[in-house]
Amino acid sequence: MSSLPHYPTQVANRRSGRPHTSMFLRMLVRAAVLRRGRAASALLAMVVAAAVATTMLTLYADVQAKLRKEFRSYGANVVVMGKDGTALPADALPTVQSTVGAQSIAVPFAYIVARTADGQSVVVAGTDLALVRKLNSWWSVTAWPAENGAALVGTRAGTVVSPGGKPFELSFQGQAIRLATGGILQTGAAEDSRIYLNLPEFEAWTGVQPSTIEIAVNGSTEEVNAAIQRLARQLPTAEVRPVRQIVEAEARVLGKTRAALLAAAALIILTAALCVLATLMGWVFDRRRDFAIMKALGASERLLNGFFATEAAALGVVGALLGFVIGIGLAAWIGRVNFHDSVVPRISVLPIVLAGGVAVALLSAALPIGLLRRVEPAIILRGE
Amino acid sequence: MFLRLVYESFRRQKRRKVLAGVAITLGVAVATAMIAVATDIGDKINRELRSYGANLVVTPQEDTLDVEIGGINLKPPSDGAFLNEADLPRIRGTFWAHNITGFAPMLPVTTTLTTSASSRDVTLLGTYFSKELKLGKEDFVAGVRTTNPWWKVQGRWPDDTSSDVLVGERLASSLQVRPGDQIGLAGQSHRIGGILSTGGAEDGQVVAPLAVAQQILGKPGAVRRIYVSALTKPEDALARRDPKTMNPEIYDRWYCSPYVQSIAYQLQEAIPHSHAEQIRQVAQNEGTVLSRIKGLMLLVTLAALFASALAVSAAMATAIFERRGEVGLMKALGGGNASIAALFFTEAVFLAVLGGTAGYFAGIALAHQIGQTIFNSQITIQPVLFPIILAIAVVVTFAGSAAAIRRAVLFDPVFALRGEA
Repeated sequence: MSSLPHYPTQVANRRSGRPHTSMFLRMLVRAAVLRRGRAASALLAMVVAAAVATTMLTLYADVQAKLRKEFRSYGANVVVMGKDGTALPADALPTVQSTVGAQSIAVPFAYIVARTADGQSVVVAGTDLALVRKLNSWWSVTAWPAENGAALVGTRAGTVVSPGGKPFELSFQGQAIRLATGGILQTGAAEDSRIYLNLPEFEAWTGVQPSTIEIAVNGSTEEVNAAIQRLARQLPTAEVRPVRQIVEAEARVLGKTRAALLAAAALIILTAALCVLATLMGWVFDRRRDFAIMKALGASERLLNGFFATEAAALGVVGALLGFVIGIGLAAWIGRVNFHDSVVPRISVLPIVLAGGVAVALLSAALPIGLLRRVEPAIILRGE
Repeated sequence: MFLRLVYESFRRQKRRKVLAGVAITLGVAVATAMIAVATDIGDKINRELRSYGANLVVTPQEDTLDVEIGGINLKPPSDGAFLNEADLPRIRGTFWAHNITGFAPMLPVTTTLTTSASSRDVTLLGTYFSKELKLGKEDFVAGVRTTNPWWKVQGRWPDDTSSDVLVGERLASSLQVRPGDQIGLAGQSHRIGGILSTGGAEDGQVVAPLAVAQQILGKPGAVRRIYVSALTKPEDALARRDPKTMNPEIYDRWYCSPYVQSIAYQLQEAIPHSHAEQIRQVAQNEGTVLSRIKGLMLLVTLAALFASALAVSAAMATAIFERRGEVGLMKALGGGNASIAALFFTEAVFLAVLGGTAGYFAGIALAHQIGQTIFNSQITIQPVLFPIILAIAVVVTFAGSAAAIRRAVLFDPVFALRGEA
């Protein structure tokens, strides 16, 4: 305010370089500042709509990855087996691990049929128990065996080989081994009839190499299929096949969930857009007097359209940006609450929200302006 | 006079009323559809999760150990105990019968397969494909086509009463047989109905109607296991408790909840000398997946409710704001704040009830459409939803109008009439 006495020269100097843009900007800023209430409510509608749209789009893009992680708890989706029951080559496990990557779990299994002390047959499997625990989280195990000489005994096998949980003896091709029950395993499937040992101990006893590798490949159906093809090329002597039960059911449930989410997203975004449209149209319509005065003062049609379009676009951009930030926060919150995991902000959603916001804002400005253009300014100013 | 004002307002301002009404209708329709879908999605996804296969298995009580590696049975076939095929329809007589979507009996036997070129020992699996069972007046289709939807057949599924068989993919390619060829099983000639692909052990086996396997084994009516596919409720603390240690009241609650444990218990009761157990790989994981998807849809529904509430309030606020002049006139003529507010609220309630009813039915149609296109089945809508939806519509319309009405009423009539808002 101290510069007020020098107003004419200073202002003239300042403005001589950019007369038109300055006035245009001033009109835009003053319009927003003077009628804060209405401008704020229009902006609020825009922000909320953009936030909801961002949340839905981010969730839609991310839900597949999130649910896939849940589906991996179903265990292996790819199995590598020696052809016709033969053992796999010695380097099969490192090859598989390097082919499928660190995100996936690969667990080797070797099987034999051993005899108990009273001549019963029982299947004994050698594997990496620490990896199995990660792969098959549904296994109900009383205690995971820690030391050598302790085995994980299936509940049905347990009643045969060691009723009462006493140490027991098994023999395979004349080689005997004495084992303690390190833990009881229950799955409701074939595993209940087996005895599981750690692989080094199993190999020292039987000399049998793994014949099966079960792999939980992380990724979409295409990624799983690509991994199967890579594995088949790397291990020509082995048979690589998907566990169709797991792969197909997963694709089906995921597909339905995504479709339901898409329908919901479409409905929500449509409602939000309609809300913005209604609010903004009211806002623009409300300013028919500004429009009429500008027209009466000799503003050209082009300038008027430009003015209202710029205003709407600015509102759209600011609203979309604010909404985007809020929406990312909302999506992250939903991710934490529902999936106990963070949802990655997706920048690719921003252009969509931005374009959508500006388009809706322009549309809601264009409709009332189109109506007003046909009316004489005098009639509007008279308040009719 | 009051009623006349309301009536005339609706009659003369059709455009504005229609706009506000449409906004309410749309908002309520979206809310109804989302609530309907969200309340039903648990059931729908539960059904989709059944494509993981059976979650329960019933075995004979005195079952011996399976000696089986990679689907090849290494045990003498006649060894061990069996269930009775005649007891199968009892599965549909259990308390949670309507939650059982399918079951399939299995009888694996080892037999000799002969073709014109060679002869070898194979595992033959006897089962139902899709057999119609009658229990009282009810028809029920049991078999692997419902319990194991990932089984694919190239050719034709055999009829359960025929003697046609399916040959596993791997076995078929090593035997070089095609659908329609004849193979010998235990000295009898059988036609190959189709080539079976499962991605599992069955790819190396022969799958035949149950009667064929029973005949080879020489034990009519024998079944080794029954796989049962049931819709279950995710496990909680009550589910894991031992029924023997419960008091009668808790026992009833446990028994009447569709937990996988209580369904197993009921299957055991229904089938004599049996032991039923959950297949943990399927049963344990579906609970997590189901609760995640349900939680997601719940949160999304909240977002939808929020968005539609906002849309309705925005439309109402705009509609009232446009009528400042009217308010000014009424006030200038001596209308009290209370009576003017009452006028607007009455209009709002009218609009809410009309728009809410229309929106509810539109929402039902929308929910049906979503159910049909995504899940190929009806979405059930609880009638109790109608009053709830209507109440929500009225409350939201009220809340949305309140701020705008307050501002309109407090506005100085002189300014309003001069049009200087």
